[in-house]
Parts: sequence; C-alpha cells; structure tokens
Amino acid sequence: MGIKTFSQSLLTAAAVSLVVACGGEKAVAEAAKEQTNTTAHEAPAETGELVVYSARKEHLIKPLFDRYTAETGVDIKYVTDKAAPLLTRLQAEGENTPADLLITVDAGNLWYAADQGVLSPVESETLEANIPSYLQDPENRWFAISKRARVIVYSPERVSPEELSTYEALADPQWEGRLCLRTSKKVYNQSLVATLIEANGEDKTEEVVEGWVQNLAAPPFSNDTQTMQAVIAGQCDVAIVNTYYFGRLEKAALDKGETLPLKIFFSNQDDRGIHVNVSGVGVTANAKNREQAVKFVEWLSDGEAQSMLADLNQEFPVNPTIEASEEVKSWGSFKEDDVDITIAGQRQAEAVMLMDKAGYR
Amino acid sequence: MIEAVTLARRGRSPRRVVFRQWCWRLIPLLAGFLVLMPVAVIVSSWSDSQADVWRHLYHTQLFNLLQNTLIMLFGVGLGVTVLGVSLAWLATVCDFPGRRYCEWALMLPLAMPTYVLAFVVLGQWDFMGPVQVLLRQWHSDFRVDVRHPLTIIAIMTGVLYPYVYMLARSAFVTQGSDVTEASRMLGLNLWQSFFKVSLPMARPAIIAGLSLALMETLADFGAVSVFNYDTFTTAIYKSWFGLFNLQAAAQLASLLLLFVVMALMTERYARNNGRDEQGRRSQHRFRIVLTGSKRYLAAFYCWSIVLLCFVLPLIQLAVWCLDIYSLELDSRYWQLLEHTLMLGVGAALLVVASSLLIAFSQRGYANGLTRGAVMVAGMGYALPGSVLAVGVVLCFGYLDREWLVPLQQWFGGGTAPVLTGGLIGLLLAYFVRFLAVAMGPVESSIERIRPSLPEAARLLGSSQWRLLFKVYLPMLRPGILTALLLVLVDVMKEMPATLLLRPFGWDTLAVRIFEMTSEGEWQRAAVPALTLVLVGLVPVIVMIRKSR
Repeated sequence: MGIKTFSQSLLTAAAVSLVVACGGEKAVAEAAKEQTNTTAHEAPAETGELVVYSARKEHLIKPLFDRYTAETGVDIKYVTDKAAPLLTRLQAEGENTPADLLITVDAGNLWYAADQGVLSPVESETLEANIPSYLQDPENRWFAISKRARVIVYSPERVSPEELSTYEALADPQWEGRLCLRTSKKVYNQSLVATLIEANGEDKTEEVVEGWVQNLAAPPFSNDTQTMQAVIAGQCDVAIVNTYYFGRLEKAALDKGETLPLKIFFSNQDDRGIHVNVSGVGVTANAKNREQAVKFVEWLSDGEAQSMLADLNQEFPVNPTIEASEEVKSWGSFKEDDVDITIAGQRQAEAVMLMDKAGYR
Repeated sequence: MIEAVTLARRGRSPRRVVFRQWCWRLIPLLAGFLVLMPVAVIVSSWSDSQADVWRHLYHTQLFNLLQNTLIMLFGVGLGVTVLGVSLAWLATVCDFPGRRYCEWALMLPLAMPTYVLAFVVLGQWDFMGPVQVLLRQWHSDFRVDVRHPLTIIAIMTGVLYPYVYMLARSAFVTQGSDVTEASRMLGLNLWQSFFKVSLPMARPAIIAGLSLALMETLADFGAVSVFNYDTFTTAIYKSWFGLFNLQAAAQLASLLLLFVVMALMTERYARNNGRDEQGRRSQHRFRIVLTGSKRYLAAFYCWSIVLLCFVLPLIQLAVWCLDIYSLELDSRYWQLLEHTLMLGVGAALLVVASSLLIAFSQRGYANGLTRGAVMVAGMGYALPGSVLAVGVVLCFGYLDREWLVPLQQWFGGGTAPVLTGGLIGLLLAYFVRFLAVAMGPVESSIERIRPSLPEAARLLGSSQWRLLFKVYLPMLRPGILTALLLVLVDVMKEMPATLLLRPFGWDTLAVRIFEMTSEGEWQRAAVPALTLVLVGLVPVIVMIRKSR
C-alpha cells in the first residue's frame, strides 16, 4: 500500500524531529502520561472479556452481548461505526488491536474485510453444522449470523402480483413512472446489482439498470423506509427494499391498529431465486482472546441467540433448524439465490461503476 | 542570577531574545504539524495513481459533482453573508420591537446539527410528509419535489448563518455607535453609513465567519446524503465504501483541500487589506430607532428567520418524540449526556487555549514559516469528518505501533494502543478538526486590538506572559467566549471522528443519532436529536448572556 509506506516514512521523519526538538523533558512527561494511560485501558485479561467492533447497530446487537454475559460471565466491550472506518481502524491498529471480533452487515463488506487480511480462519465443527456453506467464507474467515432478502414491495391497490416476476422485469416499459429505488450508494443495491451481473453478464445488467432509471417516478431516495413511504403516498407503485425495513413499517402500522397498504413480492422464484444478504462475524487476525471469541461465534450460530438476532431486526435465522418469528413467517416462504455471496464483494466495484454509467444515482 | 533574569526580561540579551522568539514560534509550528500529519496521509494518496477510478469519474460524474459542489458553495456563501450580516446589523445598530430577544434568539440555530435540520425538513415537506399530504387533499395533483438543490442551500444557510451573524455582531458591537454617528453627521444616510463605514470595518469578522460556513458546507455529508445530492463528499464516500478504494477517496478529499487553501488565502488577503483596529470596547448607547412600517418589517424579518430555522424544526422534533419517547428514552440518556458534555467542554478548553497561544504568538513573532503553519492548521476543518478521522486513525495507529506501545511496554505496560480508542486521541482529533473554528474569532478580535496598547505595555516593562494575561485576555473576552461556544457546540454535534475514535463505552448523543438515522429510523432519532439541540442551547444561551 503506497499510502502507508509513504506516510510511514513521513511520520518517522516527523516524529524523530519532534523528539529531538522536545528533548528529554517531554519524553519523560510523555512516559508518565503513558503509565497513567495503561492503567486506564489495560489490555483485556486472558479470559472473561471480549472486544467487538460492530457495524451492526447497538440496539440490534447489544441484547445479545448482555445475554451472553449473563450466561457465561464473559464481559463484552464494543464500539459501533460503519464497516469501512472500523476496518481501517483494525488495519491501523495492526497487532495491537484490542478487537477480538468484527461484526458487520453486507456480504461485500465481509468479503472485503477477509480480503484485507484482518480476519483469521476458524475451524469449528459446530459452525460448519449450523451455518450453510453458501453463507460463510470458503476459507472460514467469516460466518453469517442473520439473513435478509431484498424484495419487491408493491401497492396492492395499484398493482396485482401477477404483473410482477423478476428484478429484471422492473426495467420493462410497463413500469414507467411507477418505480421507486433507494440510492445506488447503498451497499444493499450494490450487492444486488453485483449478483445481477453474475447471473446475466455485464451488458444485460447495464440494460436492466438503465431501464430502472427510466422507470423511476422520483429521484432515488436515501433510505428504504422513505422509498416505501413513497409507495404508500402514491408517488410510485413498486420498490425494491430489504425485508426488515418492511417488517418495521408493518409493525408500526399494526401497533397503531392499521394495516400497511403494502405487500411483499418474492421475485425471481422461477429462476435463480431472490437475492439474500447477511450480517456476519469474523474473528480478527490479532485477537487476544481467540478461544473465547470462537466460543462466542459458536454461541451466536445456535439456539436462542439465532432467534434473538433474527427477531431483534425481523430477519431470518441462518441456522436452518431455527424458525423465524411468526411475523417474518407470515410473509411466506421463498426460494433464495444460493450463489456464493462473496460475489457481492468481488463484483461490488464493478456494480458501482455500472450503475454510474447507467445514470443510477 | 537576578540580573540575568532582569536583563532577559528587558530583552537586552539578543541570544535570549532569539531563543524566546523561537519558543513562541514553536506553538503554531506544533499545531501546524499536528494537523499536517493526517492531512499528509491523505495527500500522500497521490503516490499511487488510481487511473481507472479517475477515468470512470471523468466519463460519468466528475463534471456534475463539480457543478453541484460549486452551486452549493455559491448559494450557501451568498445566503449566509446576506442573512448573517443583515441580521447582525439590525440587531446591534437598530432598534425595533423585540430586538433584545431577537439578538440572542438568532444564534439558536447554531445548536441544530445540519443533518438534523435536513431530516426534519424532508420529513415535514417531502411528498409523503404531512404538509404535502394536506395540500393534496385540497388539490389532488399537488406535487413538488423538495429534494432540490435550493432546499439544501436553504437548509445549510439556515444552520450556518449564525457563524457570520455572531462574528459580524461582535464586530459591530466593538465598533461602537460613535462610528455610525460620526459618519451620519458627516452627511451619509443610513445605507451609506452601513455600506461605506460599518461593513468595511467588520470585513475581517464577516470573512472569518463566511469561511467557517463554507468549510462546513464543503465537508458536509449528513445533509447532502439525506437528500441524495451528489457532491464531492458523497463521491469520496462512494469511492471508499462502494469501490473499496480508500486511496481514490483520499485523492478526492485532497482536492477539497485545494478549495480550502484557496479560500484561506483569499481570507488572509482580504484581512490584510481590511485592517481595523479598535482599542476599546464601546457599547451601543444610541441605537437607530426604526419608525413606521420599517420597525415591523425588521421585526418580522428577524423573527421569521428564528421561526423557520429553529422553532418549527424543534416543534417537529418534539412531535416525533412524543410518539416514540417511551421506547427510546431511558437512564442511558444521562450517560450519553454526560459524555457529550465532557468531550465538548474538554475539547473546547484545549482548542481555544491553543488557538489563543497561536494567535498571540502570531501577533508578536510571525514569520513566513509560522504563517504557513497556521494556514495548515486551519485545513482540518474542511475535510469531511470521516476522511479526517481516517487520516487521524492511520497516524495514531502508526504512532502507537512504532513508538508509544513499545515505549509503554518498556515501562512495563501492556500492548493496548494509547492513542486510538483513548481519550487523548479523541481530543487530539477534535483539535485537528476544530482549530480553525476557534482561530476565526480569536484572530479577528486580536486583530482589532490597536498595536499601540501592547507596545505601551512592553515599553513599561511588561513580560510577554503578563502582556497576555493583563492586556490581551481582558480585551479578547468576547472573542474567546465566541470561540469556546463554537467549539463546544461543534464538538457536541461532531459525528464521524467520535464514532471512530471514542473509547469503549463513550457513546454520545451524536453517536446515538447515527445509530438511528443510518437505519432510517428518523423518528427514533428525534429523541437524541432533540436532546442534543436542547443541550446545545445551554452553552449558546450562557455565552450569549455573557458576551453582551
């Protein structure tokens, strides 16, 4: 990495000059400061503590940490942020990192973290048994812990489900002025388009995306919830969103005693199946509490943890023996695209550029 | 011994003098160096060309990005200048009904983070928002897309005009009424006196405020992403998150720096050409009392700005909170609040104290090198928060790995990083980001001190430190208060660096807002957002009362 070597040499030079300039006194003061610091955040002890960097939001993961602490007495410390900054922090900290685990959403991000070498392989029979092979890294550097589908939602007043079939078909002229999409900057759309490229090739996919753009009723929205609200308000008739966003709106409506004027359609059921994405976890390459970390991942892949993870965010469990919540099951069963989800990462940059070319903002 | 000290104090030993000069010069150099580290990491991204990304950008978006960014800069620049200056002048020089309340109420929008106002406006006025739904009931075809560049400009202006307003106001206050009176006695009318006398005299302050507002506009990611408006910042994030290309992202970010260097140079140039010095702080004893319809127009103008930029969004937030507070509000909020305030106050003290030392050193001992260092030190503000945070993390990670952790181990400590994930690291990051915010008001008020005053003090044998505490500090009080307030509020609103560098468990209100907005749960975000705005109000009000 050019950026690193250059900045390193620069910083070394700078640090040397700084030390020379400041002389002895400063160094002593510095050292004293360090000492107080060490006591302030000492490295975790061999057992009894885990440190997690999480791109899954606090309210969707903390209940699990609390439960694990209650069951095992292992204390879990965590910070949350977006995936890319967390990854950069892991890389910058190198072998000094306090993090034992990285939790993130989207297969592309997991693939990239593994690709950058911050995660380490975990050989575990429990994990192999609990998590289907297409939902984990071929080299076992990360494992999915929850699953969501990217579905088509439609207004049952203005659209009959027979009109719908595939993601690709939303590019047809019949949807002109009736489609709403979230921005192409969101990773869920990037992963979706990456799998479209994998299935249909680049040229066909570009046509599809151009078709979508032509059919848009409004410029792309900044999030899934807003996109669905546009359908509800009648600005458009169909949209592509993640299942749990739909679940949240449905729940909010139910709480108010209303029914949501939206329905889910599982697309591509007659060909490869619907696009699914995951949130997942990996043990870091420099984990200080590796054994403990592996145990935690195993715990996450089974039993109550799976239900909790899924139910917190109305997602699907990845462990096939665990059932989804009643609400989630009420959306119906479906066939999912079981393409290796690392494709989402490998083809992500390609997908982003393709969407730029097609004018999808 | 005593003799030597006296000699040195009187500045008779040339070697001592030179030594002391360099000691003072070390302060801005150190500050410049601190900011330069992360900036250098970002600029060093050019060592490796990312030709395909650039080719791609050139063929698809580059022109559009530039255009969008320039439109926004121009619009916000014009907006904040017109609003900020006109309001400041009305509120300090004229008198109209409710002026006394308006004078401080106009600063309130400062407590509103841009991203919060953006999601409130969108929630209220978009196609599915209550306003348009209501309008459609009367007129079923009613359709307006508020996701328009003008809306974004209006939002940014609404949040950022207080920078210009505050600085211009304190300039008008220090000008005193004698200036206006003198000019009017010499035959200028009200407008002429404003444009020919008051305005040119306040120019350094206005430009300082304007450049803060523009840098914030350049670095904004929250508001533009809520509106899905493509600017340089969004392109940076796209290259980083979407193309997995941190280097191209850093290259794009370094282009932003180019904008900033140009802006800062213009600022210096404008300031040097418009020196105004005023030794004493005079009060406006005589205001121009507006008469007839003018007084009501002035009152209407000021109050409608307060209403639109602050009261209405606040009401909307409160309404959302009512729906949701039972789900969201719990004992954790005390802790979030505590962390937010502690970080804010700590950073404000650190940053303002440093900026004071820097400005003071510049006043006495500036040379080409230190001027350059001060300019570099101001650049941190214009970088998009996340990019700066990454620059900081890369530097800190490096320092930890190569220097601090080995040193720590040598003293028998563990391998935990010292800077990344530590409080010191976070405070340093705030320093890098917000030094420019403090430098603006401190520098512009130090410039208004007539050099004859410190010169007189020096002639009377006062030491440099004594000069700082006895002469400068009392005269700089309004400027220092403004700086403290600005940094405090800015740190409380700051999101990306806090997210990336906070120690375990140090969640703040802004972190909570991030958790909610990034999941699209705007209603739930209203609770931490409202809390943040209300907490931000406390320092704003305290400082306003003191700065009167």
